[in-house]
Amino acid sequence: MKLLTLFLLTASAAFAQVPFERIVNADKEPGNWLTYSRDFQGHRFSPLAEITTQNVSQLKVKWAFQFPDERTEVSPIVIDGILYVTGPNSAAAIDGRSGRSLWTWKRPIPSDYHSIGFGHTNRGPAVLDDKLFVATLDGYLFALDLKSGIERWSAKVLDYKLGYSMTMAPLAIDGKVVVGVSGGEAGIRGFIDAYDAKTGQQAWRFWTIPGPGEPGHETWSGDDWKTGGGATWVTGAYDPELKLVYWGVGNPGPDWNGDVRPGDNLYTCSLVALDAATGKLRWYFQFSPHDTHDWDATHVPMLFDTPVTGAMRKLVAIANRNAFYYVLDRATGEFLAGKPYAKQTWATGLDSKGRPIRAPNSDPSKEGTLIWPNLNGATVWFSPSYDPQTGFVYVATREIGARYFKRDTPYKAGTFFPGGGEDELSPDDAWGAIKALQAETGELRWEFKLLSPPWAGVLSTAGGLVFSGSDEGNFYALDAKTGKPLWDFQTGGAIGDNPVSFTIDGHQCIAVAADRVLYVFGL
Amino acid sequence: MRVFSLTILLLVLCFAPAHSAFPAQSPSPQTPAPSPPDLAAAKIIFEGHCALCHGMDGGGDRGPSLRRPKLAHASDDEALKSVIEQGIPPQMPDAWYLSKEEIASVAAYVRSLGNVPPETLPGDPVRGKAVYARSGCSACHILAGEGAGFGPDLTDVGARRGSARLRETLQNPAKTIPENFLLVEAVTNFGQALRGIRLNEDTFSIQLKDQQGRFHSFRKTDLRDLKKLRGETPMPSYASALSSAELEDLINFLAAQRGNP
Repeated sequence: MKLLTLFLLTASAAFAQVPFERIVNADKEPGNWLTYSRDFQGHRFSPLAEITTQNVSQLKVKWAFQFPDERTEVSPIVIDGILYVTGPNSAAAIDGRSGRSLWTWKRPIPSDYHSIGFGHTNRGPAVLDDKLFVATLDGYLFALDLKSGIERWSAKVLDYKLGYSMTMAPLAIDGKVVVGVSGGEAGIRGFIDAYDAKTGQQAWRFWTIPGPGEPGHETWSGDDWKTGGGATWVTGAYDPELKLVYWGVGNPGPDWNGDVRPGDNLYTCSLVALDAATGKLRWYFQFSPHDTHDWDATHVPMLFDTPVTGAMRKLVAIANRNAFYYVLDRATGEFLAGKPYAKQTWATGLDSKGRPIRAPNSDPSKEGTLIWPNLNGATVWFSPSYDPQTGFVYVATREIGARYFKRDTPYKAGTFFPGGGEDELSPDDAWGAIKALQAETGELRWEFKLLSPPWAGVLSTAGGLVFSGSDEGNFYALDAKTGKPLWDFQTGGAIGDNPVSFTIDGHQCIAVAADRVLYVFGL
Repeated sequence: MRVFSLTILLLVLCFAPAHSAFPAQSPSPQTPAPSPPDLAAAKIIFEGHCALCHGMDGGGDRGPSLRRPKLAHASDDEALKSVIEQGIPPQMPDAWYLSKEEIASVAAYVRSLGNVPPETLPGDPVRGKAVYARSGCSACHILAGEGAGFGPDLTDVGARRGSARLRETLQNPAKTIPENFLLVEAVTNFGQALRGIRLNEDTFSIQLKDQQGRFHSFRKTDLRDLKKLRGETPMPSYASALSSAELEDLINFLAAQRGNP
């Protein structure tokens, strides 16, 4: 009887609503993980401290869940003991005690759907009130009932036949669900959309490639803006006080042949700050003007407040694919600091405004140009972590170069539009690292070397730990202050996703997926 | 010290046999002769659509290297064309936008990346077989099921390596060390030293095989030193050990090794 009562209580709590205020105040309920990065600030930091530097060596697998699709990239949402996960065109609710699914949802992928430049994947859901939001490969945003997985509404976001797709976790903010699109290798014109969370009606659209008459259009010529790229395929961050959405914009198209699109190609390879109510551009910062290396600026921005030269500033930091770490004022976009955090040979530095000073002969060429980093960059879509206890940003870093080629590629709707490519260097000449950077300056504090360039994001916790995974299947914990390895577990599958932390029955757990298996660890 | 020998069940990818890119066929009177593959056009298609994952030279990037005679998902040319046309969900996209002729040309181009065509060579393969037998090659290599598996398998070496590469390997093996073949020297925290071939490695552990065929697994924290002997090989040079005639015979014999059926 007691057990039954406990179960009913848990079940009741599991189906509680998740109003916007709960997500804003995420620190008040550290046992839950209510948005992609746990908080709107993009920290991927858990205030839970049951698992510590002293006891992490006792971490054990509690259960595992098999996904139907390989190499999952999901970052689960966790609400009161229930995990919500997604795959390509699918979602499920999983009981946190047993690892057994409570409901599943699946939408067939159309037979004429084609992923262009990426695999079939999905990086997670979003939640608001009583709905779970899932973006699909074929371009729909679905609102599912949290209790049953039954569809409440769907909105068509894009036409996949033109090369668009969606793989990111939506960002649910105050009454709206924000989504971005994939397709940067298909000559799309990128955008960021917001939808009314209750009805699915489109609230606004921000085109990342400005059209005729719009500011920034002068950085394109002729009709090249129509195929200018600027995908928005990684979840952004949100400042509830400034009411600004921060979102990264991807590479211009074609990727490696810049000759056909002279100019800075705004707003590609930029961070944009959008008014959450209207989608209007408040400011932008372009990291890689006229990019020719496929260095999307699609990263999770990290928002934090810290003193800069004596005065408290509202900051946003980005560890960019182009191998530079940037700190900006998040109210204005003013450049405050920037420096390389990984090997790079394409720029000799940044000027006082943060604009890169390009090294000579760094563009792709017919015969190949050797440049660091390679097209996947010094880091990619997977999340960094900001740890308010140490003041460090942890970045999973890729140290690998490539020979870049430039080719002619005529545009054909819905097909590859690369304009070249790369030959990456041998695995023996590549390595990876978790790097701890001083958040407000980018100064390196420590690094933990990995055998190969990683594809997994970073979680930091109040227990003084940093968790991440390797492509060889290691899931491991480091001392957040020193980088010393404290625990590791061979999962048997490549880890290419972001870890999360939450509580089940009051005890801290860590979850990460390896290939098609989601593992949940606890003491 | 956590040093222990392992009995490892090696999971070997079972590649189906490779065939030449376009075997000679006698078209029936009812079907028009297929147009020959356009390798130049296929190279452009490959670089535009395939190279993003397989590398501009097909040597692999996010996707696997195609510079090999046997492809895991394409047992024959029809299978290869099918893979190109339909993709391998979810990672490899289909190529619905290519014509049948373009797909056939791309398939031929992919085959050309990894297949060394037969050459007319000096030397005698029968004498070469005898040179192989008396030179101790089978102490390290398996060829057609015979020998020790310390060095690379030579059963299909003629399909993977041209005669020039074979000659250079026999004369100066350190200059042609195969990709993923790494000699390692490990010294444990207790001072025990061991040399072997790296079988596997991750950030926290490494697995080796010594020349006697024994497996060893180490936690890296249990090692005082771990040297990756890049550019070194246990294979001796045969430049002075063999006469030029013997060398040509051996090369002829090895070039004829095109793999199991």
